[in-house]
This record gives sequence, structure tokens and C-alpha cells, in this order.
Amino acid sequence: MKTQNQPSRRSMLMKLGILCNGLVAAVLAVPVVRFLLSSVTRGRAHGYLSSVSLGSAGQFPEGETRLATFRNPYVTPSDGKTADTACWVRHVSGDQFQVFAVNCAHLGCPVRWFAQSGLFLCPCHGGAYYRDGTRAAGPPERGMFEYPYKVENGLVLIQAGELPTPGASTAHVGTGLPCGRRTPCA
Amino acid sequence: MRTEDPVRLISRIGRWFDHRLQLAAPIREIAEHPVPRTTASWWYVFGSAALVVLILQIVTGVLLALTYVPSAAEAWNSLHALNNDVSLGWFIRALHGWGSNFMVAIVLIHMVQVFLFGAYKFPRELTWVAGVFLLLMTLGMAFTGQVLRFDQDAFWGLGIGASIVSRVPVVGSALVKVMLGGPIIAGATLSRFFTLHVFVIPGLLVAFVALHLFLVLKLGINEWPMPGRLVKKSTYEMQYHELTRTDGAPFVPYAIWKDLWFGAAVLAAVALCAAYFGPFGPSGQPDPTIIQTVPKPDYFFLWLYALLALLPPSMETPVLLVGPVLVIGALLLLPFLFGEGEKSWRRRPIAVLVILFIAVALRSFTHLAGYSPWSPEMTAWSGEPVPQKALAGRTALERQGALVFQGKQCRNCHALGEKGGQRGPALDTVAARLTEEQLIRQVLQGGGNMPAYGNSLNPAETTALVAFLETLHPAGQAPAQDASRGAATGSRP
Repeated sequence: MKTQNQPSRRSMLMKLGILCNGLVAAVLAVPVVRFLLSSVTRGRAHGYLSSVSLGSAGQFPEGETRLATFRNPYVTPSDGKTADTACWVRHVSGDQFQVFAVNCAHLGCPVRWFAQSGLFLCPCHGGAYYRDGTRAAGPPERGMFEYPYKVENGLVLIQAGELPTPGASTAHVGTGLPCGRRTPCA
Repeated sequence: MRTEDPVRLISRIGRWFDHRLQLAAPIREIAEHPVPRTTASWWYVFGSAALVVLILQIVTGVLLALTYVPSAAEAWNSLHALNNDVSLGWFIRALHGWGSNFMVAIVLIHMVQVFLFGAYKFPRELTWVAGVFLLLMTLGMAFTGQVLRFDQDAFWGLGIGASIVSRVPVVGSALVKVMLGGPIIAGATLSRFFTLHVFVIPGLLVAFVALHLFLVLKLGINEWPMPGRLVKKSTYEMQYHELTRTDGAPFVPYAIWKDLWFGAAVLAAVALCAAYFGPFGPSGQPDPTIIQTVPKPDYFFLWLYALLALLPPSMETPVLLVGPVLVIGALLLLPFLFGEGEKSWRRRPIAVLVILFIAVALRSFTHLAGYSPWSPEMTAWSGEPVPQKALAGRTALERQGALVFQGKQCRNCHALGEKGGQRGPALDTVAARLTEEQLIRQVLQGGGNMPAYGNSLNPAETTALVAFLETLHPAGQAPAQDASRGAATGSRP
């Protein structure tokens, strides 16, 4: 009988061994998954968005649309030039601006401004937008992405820090309104 | 001291090793396993050729990693160092780049051959399923490899990928951050794709190749399909073993010599392409503030680039999100839904039509993506003068209209004299198609995928532009006129 009992005791020990491994793996999985999702959770905890200056309002002539660049507020040491970002600034009048992402609302390619025809055109799939960022033609289903902005002490400040994509919470439809009216600044 | 015969010495060393490793017998068994004589065909060489190119990719990939720096700040410079400073770095890059193209092509050809020869049917269902995963990994390697060539195409290509991923309902925004490793395309993004390209996918690839080969050896190479010889689960394995017994031959050397010759030819072709055409890129610096760029994906993803331009906007998200699930699901289910029956392509017209349809569709989309007629030609307005014949003998107003035509960048979308964008119709004979009223309405209100120019043109410019467009009709053919107006004014149209 003893010889018959031995295998069952050993098989139970083996099963316990598997269980122990499973438990340790499950415990270890928690930090591993949290590490993998850190790019999401960090954004939730601290937010990636900050106020960024585009320079003095005076450098954007009234009635014109100019390209501006800024350094992304969240950078890592290996980012290099990729943390520099471009945006289109339209000075409507007075303190009224519109700041558009260069990323096409279709699939994110960089749109170019054509002052003569008053259109933004995308080189990838042919998306076209009017000067106020509303959709003119082509595949985009919406207007251009617009950064919330404010003018403070003569500086144009925008709320930026995330790649604008159709699904992003920060992707506002072009409204031409300053912060606080429809697109609040944090 | 007695000297030993060298052959005997080598043989003795060999026996010493084999006594411990015990590999000679299983290797001999694998090498000499009988295969149907009909499989010693040039049609059966693509799988082994894919393996040969995979080995080339691993070797050249390891060599490139000696110099490549997977940092967003340095990657582009390290590629230039490979191209220009490191001895023969350009050639290793070219081998890896061309190897990638050959790999995708050979894997696709292999898959088509397996499909048309019915090799996915019982009992080789799992061999096919492993093959589907290998195809996905090959495409994954091609895409992540394009990202590692960290230039403008790679940078904006990632943006396109992020935009697609962001459309996933509910979790899209979070998925983008997982994909990018942060809020923007930057250092963490490249590190992530480097990890995928160098560790994760190759590891899986090698494991799945091992499984795929193991299954091929265990289940036997698919016999040459004979029309009318149907696969039945109850009898197939017995028939196959009978076939290999009565009409079989050892894989080595009976069948393998063609694999070896074709593998060598493929390697030579990759090397010739690499030496003649050189490495791919890198194109411009991945600086997001340089927006004067026209990003395009690599050859094997061009069809997708075209599809994204041509799909109706409302169809895009469903097609992008549901399409891949359906296609991959269909590929995985294929051997389980059609696991028995006819193998020969001669008696499977639908299978042949499916392949032809897919091939023609992919080729057409790829061709279109080559010159992307849906995109404005950004420099046409300033780079292509109005053809002289469109100006000769015109009035001052009409010539002023030609200036408006160029100045307002109409040329970016409309060709004249076969020069200019192809997004809108060529306007060489537009006056024969549209009346003056229709031209005015089209210019001011747009429509049919044309923006409205009402806010960009003053009345004088509109008058001049339409006057110029009215002159664009074939010689001897009058411009289109509104017949009702003619009737109302009593003049003949």
C-alpha cells in the first residue's frame, strides 16, 4: 500500500508546486501589467497636457495663418527632435485666434496651408479644410483638430501635449473660440 | 607511435559526439523520410526559400544592430552612419531591406501555392493556421522594420497607425498611448517598435517556424493534387502512407536539390538587388516641424494607403476595424470549413477566382498609390505654367482669369495640358461640359469633392476665372450653353 500512496503524495506535491508557480506568476503579473500600461496610467494620474507658449501674439499678423512650433511639455531623454511639434496659428482678429494641429483629422498626415486659396491641404489622402478649420473636401469626417488657447500677457498659450487623433479626448472640433467658452483651458 | 588515418580520426570524433548528442539517427530519419515523388517539384520550393530569407534577415539584422541606435534622437544619424561611414554598412542595410521585400513576396507566393494545391485540408489544418500566424508576423516585421528606418515616412506612418488605432471604440485613446509608449510619437515609441522588431516578433517567428516545420515533417508534404482524388478524413492518412510507400522517395536528395537551387537563386537575387539598387532611405529627418513631406508606406502596404483614400468616409472606420478581423478569421477558419474534398485547383474555380480577384485588387490599389491621383499636387500652381495654346489669342480678361487659375492654386487639383493635379477632372475641355452658370456655381459653391471658393474669390476674380474656363473647349466645338436660356432670349443655343 505504501508504494501506491507514494505517487499520489508526490503528485499532490507536484500540483501544489504548479499552484505555487501560478500564484507567484499572478503576483508578478501585477507590476508587469502596470509597467506595460504606464504610458496610459501616467497620463491619467498627472495628465500629459500643459500650457505651452507659442510666443508673442504680435508675431501672428491679424487675418493670416502662420506655422508655429513648440516643444512638447512631456519629454524623455531620447526624444530628440521628435518632441518638437508644429501647429497652424490663425489670428482671426484682436485676441481671437485659432490654433490647429498640423495633423490631418483623417489619418494624421501634416496638412499645409495655402494662403492664396485659403485652404489647408493634406498630401496623403487629399483631405481639404477651409481657413477656419472646417472640412472642405476629401476623406476627413470632421474639421481640423484645434488646441484650446488663451492670450496672456501678450503671449499665445495653448493646451498641448498629446498627439491629436480622432479618438483622443483632446481632439476638439474647430470652433474659433478661446478657452472658457467652448474649449476650456485647464 | 602509430599515426591514425585522418578519415578514421574524424569518424571517431564524430562517434564520440554522437554518443553524447544522439542526433545522427533523428537527423538521418528526417532527411530520408519518404515524400511522394510528385512533390519534388519547383512549385514546392517557396516554403524553404522563405526559411532561407528568414536566416538572411536574422544574420543581417544582428549585423545592423551592431551600429543602429534605437533612440529617436540618434536612429536617423546611425542609419546615415551605416550608409556612409561604416564599411559596407550600406550593403548590409540593402540586403536587409531587399530581404524584407523578398520575404513578404515569397511568403505570399507560398501561401497562394498552398491554397491552390489544397494543402491546408485534413490533416494539415494546424500547419495552415501556424502559416497564417507566420504571415501576420512577417507583415508585422515589415511594418516595424519600416518604423526602425526612423525617417519622415516612418514618423508620419506611425501617426497614421495611431489614428487608425484611436478609432477603436472606448479604449482607442488608451491603445494609442500603449502603442506610442507615451502621448506623442517620440523616443519611447521607437524603443517599443525596436523591442517588437528585434525580440518579440522574431522570437515568436522562430517558435512558429519550428512548429510549422515539425508539422510538415510529422504529417508529410502535401502530395501533388490530382483532379478527382478527394480528401476524406476516414481514408486520407492511409492513402497518403500508401502513396509514400509505393511512389515515395527520400526527401534528401530526391526533393531537396530543388529547394537548395531555388534558395541559392533567391539569395543571389536579393544580393543583386541590394548591390544594384542599394538600401532604402532613410528619407528626411524625423522632425515633426518639417511638414513639407509626402509620407508613403513601403511597397507592401501601398494598397492600404490607396484604400484609405478611396473608401467612402463613413465606411472607413468599420472597414479598418472589422476588415482585419474578418480576413484573419476567414484565413484561420478556412481549413476547418473546407477540410475535405477536392484539392486540385483545376476543379476549384472559386478558389482560383478568389486569388485572381485579390491579386488584381491589390495590384490595382498598389498602382494607384504609386501616383496617388487623390492628392493635390502641391507645387503645380507655381511649377507648371499655363499651356501656351490656352493663352494664345485670348482677351485681357481671359488672361487675367488664367492668372487667377494659377494664383488660386486650381492647378494643384486640375490638370491643363496633362500637367497638374489629378484630384479633380482635367479642365482642357471643361467649357464643353459645363455652361457658364454651372462653372460659376461650381467655383463658388464647390461640390462633388471640390471645396467652395466663394470666400477666396472676389467678384472680379470669379468673372475673370470663369471667362478663362469658358475658353477651354476643343477647337471647332462650341462651349456648352443653357438651352433654356437660348429659348427664353430667342437666340439659338
